[in-house]
Amino acid sequence: MSAVASSSDVEPLVGGPRAPAELLLRDVHTLDPRAGIDARHDVRVRGGVIAEVGAPGTLPLQGEGGGDGAQELVEGEGRLLLAPGFFDPHVHLRTPGQEHKEDIDSGTRAAAAGGFAGVIAMPNTDPVLDSAPLLRSLRDAAAREARVPVGFLPAITRGLEGEQLTEMAELRGEGALGFTDDGRPVASAGMLRKALQYQRLCGGVLSLHEEDPTLSRGGAMHEGAVSAALGIAGIPSVAESTMVARDAALAGYEDARVHFQHLSTAASVDALADAKARGFRVSGEVCPHHLLLTEEDVRGLDTRMKMYPPLATEADRVALVEGLRSGVIDCIATDHAPHARDEKEVPFEQAPMGTTGLESAFAALHTGLVLTGALGLSELVERMTAGAALFELPTPTIAVGQPANLALVDLDAVWVAGEHGWESRSENCCFAGRRLQGRVLLTLAAGAIAHRDRTLALAGAR
Amino acid sequence: MNHLLSIEDLERADIERIVTQAEAFAEVSDRDIKKVPALRGRMVLNLFYEASTRTRSSFELAAKRLSADVVNFAASGSSVEKGESLKDTVLTLSAHKPDAIVLRTPWVGAAELVSRWCSAAIVNAGDGKHEHPTQALLDVYTLRQRVGAIDGASIWIVGDVAHSRVARSNVLAFQRMGAKVTVAGPPTLIPRGIEGLGCEVRYTLDELHTADVVYALRMQRERMSETWVPSLREYASWYQINGARLTPRQVLMHPGPVNRGVELSGEVVDSPQAVITAQVEAGVVVRMAVLYELLAGRDARPAAGPALGEGGRASLIGSQQA
Repeated sequence: MSAVASSSDVEPLVGGPRAPAELLLRDVHTLDPRAGIDARHDVRVRGGVIAEVGAPGTLPLQGEGGGDGAQELVEGEGRLLLAPGFFDPHVHLRTPGQEHKEDIDSGTRAAAAGGFAGVIAMPNTDPVLDSAPLLRSLRDAAAREARVPVGFLPAITRGLEGEQLTEMAELRGEGALGFTDDGRPVASAGMLRKALQYQRLCGGVLSLHEEDPTLSRGGAMHEGAVSAALGIAGIPSVAESTMVARDAALAGYEDARVHFQHLSTAASVDALADAKARGFRVSGEVCPHHLLLTEEDVRGLDTRMKMYPPLATEADRVALVEGLRSGVIDCIATDHAPHARDEKEVPFEQAPMGTTGLESAFAALHTGLVLTGALGLSELVERMTAGAALFELPTPTIAVGQPANLALVDLDAVWVAGEHGWESRSENCCFAGRRLQGRVLLTLAAGAIAHRDRTLALAGAR
Repeated sequence: MNHLLSIEDLERADIERIVTQAEAFAEVSDRDIKKVPALRGRMVLNLFYEASTRTRSSFELAAKRLSADVVNFAASGSSVEKGESLKDTVLTLSAHKPDAIVLRTPWVGAAELVSRWCSAAIVNAGDGKHEHPTQALLDVYTLRQRVGAIDGASIWIVGDVAHSRVARSNVLAFQRMGAKVTVAGPPTLIPRGIEGLGCEVRYTLDELHTADVVYALRMQRERMSETWVPSLREYASWYQINGARLTPRQVLMHPGPVNRGVELSGEVVDSPQAVITAQVEAGVVVRMAVLYELLAGRDARPAAGPALGEGGRASLIGSQQA
């Protein structure tokens, strides 16, 4: 369905470093599942564009023997993985208003450090991103500061209050990729229906945080044996799954396009599968923490384990992994949610919800799912790049003539999450202190080097 | 034992040691001069974020009978209401170098957190709806006085289990001591998953007669406005412990304060089966035993962790030397 109010004259993503990369990646393991590439290659990036892909060891280093410009050489030794840059459709950059937690610079540095070549920022800022002038100023700021391209999802309802639609068409004209009230559900079915109808005019994806507030009220963790033992009010899994089912039905009825954020329970996966089977235009994302952790990790009351939706049971976790593997769940999103140290250094029930995730996502999932055999490496790469297309953006790919959006990863590198600090301004990462295997060495975003790990040995820089 | 944070941390032997020590202290309460010098010169800080005259005075009395100095810090009307965080309050109060902090808060896990922030021994006097370990210890003590060992005894905990820290601590403590515990109450007030603690769950009192001990929980009036139950009248008709439900061989307990006519009928409160005032009496001696366990025979505590400024200066000097 083509939208009437097209935003074709506005770049959907803004920001990113300027200097185009000049690079020869020699003998790297290129893996681009969508393009059917899974082999050793030399890859040359020239002027920020993938210029040549050749057999390993065949591409000469230009600038060395009469080439037309200096190039950095990275020796992959047949070992380093070169994947399309990852894409995260769900991050909190906390700008404007909460820059003590994160800002566009620090948040996109964190993204680049995690191998992400693009992110989508959420609108639950202060003030809420719900007007065109604010969107314009944020996009201007991102164009100056962002390390990787950033897209924005303004609010569905003004002030996230669930009562009045934002000026969705005008916001689309200013580059909104879609809309979300993330952090809160659109509790009223009638209000959501109006937004779904209005989508016919303005287009864009409606990205939904699913939570029935009458079921979740007062809860601080998943309802179950652990919450009962701790005496913490629980959030039942049906608080999410009933809303997924409700909103999938509404989307089907209005033939609207919706995306379900941070799915966390087996019942939600079933509801999404059911909606897909009916042909509804729905998609879903899942976060690394829900794929790797459970309510048992909350027992110690570490506030980094407090997030919405809450960590659920092992059965839920297994269902999420299976949903991701089978493709019912389309992509991985981090829901990177930075909070300042003093905000998290409080009793569990008082702590704000959220964990950071950009810098640990790939390594944590590689360690916890790929190395354990639960998910293939190429499936992981596919799911970490699939978010772009869900928001009508070009998918990063390894092909001659494409802008360089690439992640170079050492799959053997072992590190302890957080041992050398974080690029993010906040340190509330639920994986902190865990031994992870797989480290992003180099990230190219929109044709430029966005991140270079300290451990990357640059062999032929001139 | 460095802190008393939860019953979950305790072995049966720990509970028995504290209860035995409390029995030794019981004699002190009967003296003309109700005081022993065991903790002379030590300081106990009562830090209460919730109104609780009973628990606080019980701890205060316990500390004073051991000759410790006591400071009461009630969080209302203090810096807390001006927005100071728990951590900042604890660091500030630590400057007075308390040997023990008795902490009551509405937040689960707060006592454990505080134990990481300062060097004082922490006594959890209630952390949200999580635990109230000294209540459980005094209940074990009371039962031991009344019926001896409780191995194999059937204990029913009746009422608002969902909002009760007493219920959680007592389920654990009674089980540690060998009893079989059943929790009973309206389904809206029995948390899903509570059987994970090892107890049985009942939604009626039909089998209450099988219990050796009936432990009624306080039913708070605000639960009505939150519609956890339709009315106090209906609650009482289904769950009140009264003369018709209580059999003569059963022991009746309640953590206080009692809502007469709600969870307990007046007749059973005044019956010889009720040990409610014995529980209050046990509170002082058990808390004496807890403070003694944590503080006696240990060196006076060093100053609390380095103040922020001092730490910074030390590292600056270090770098100059390097």
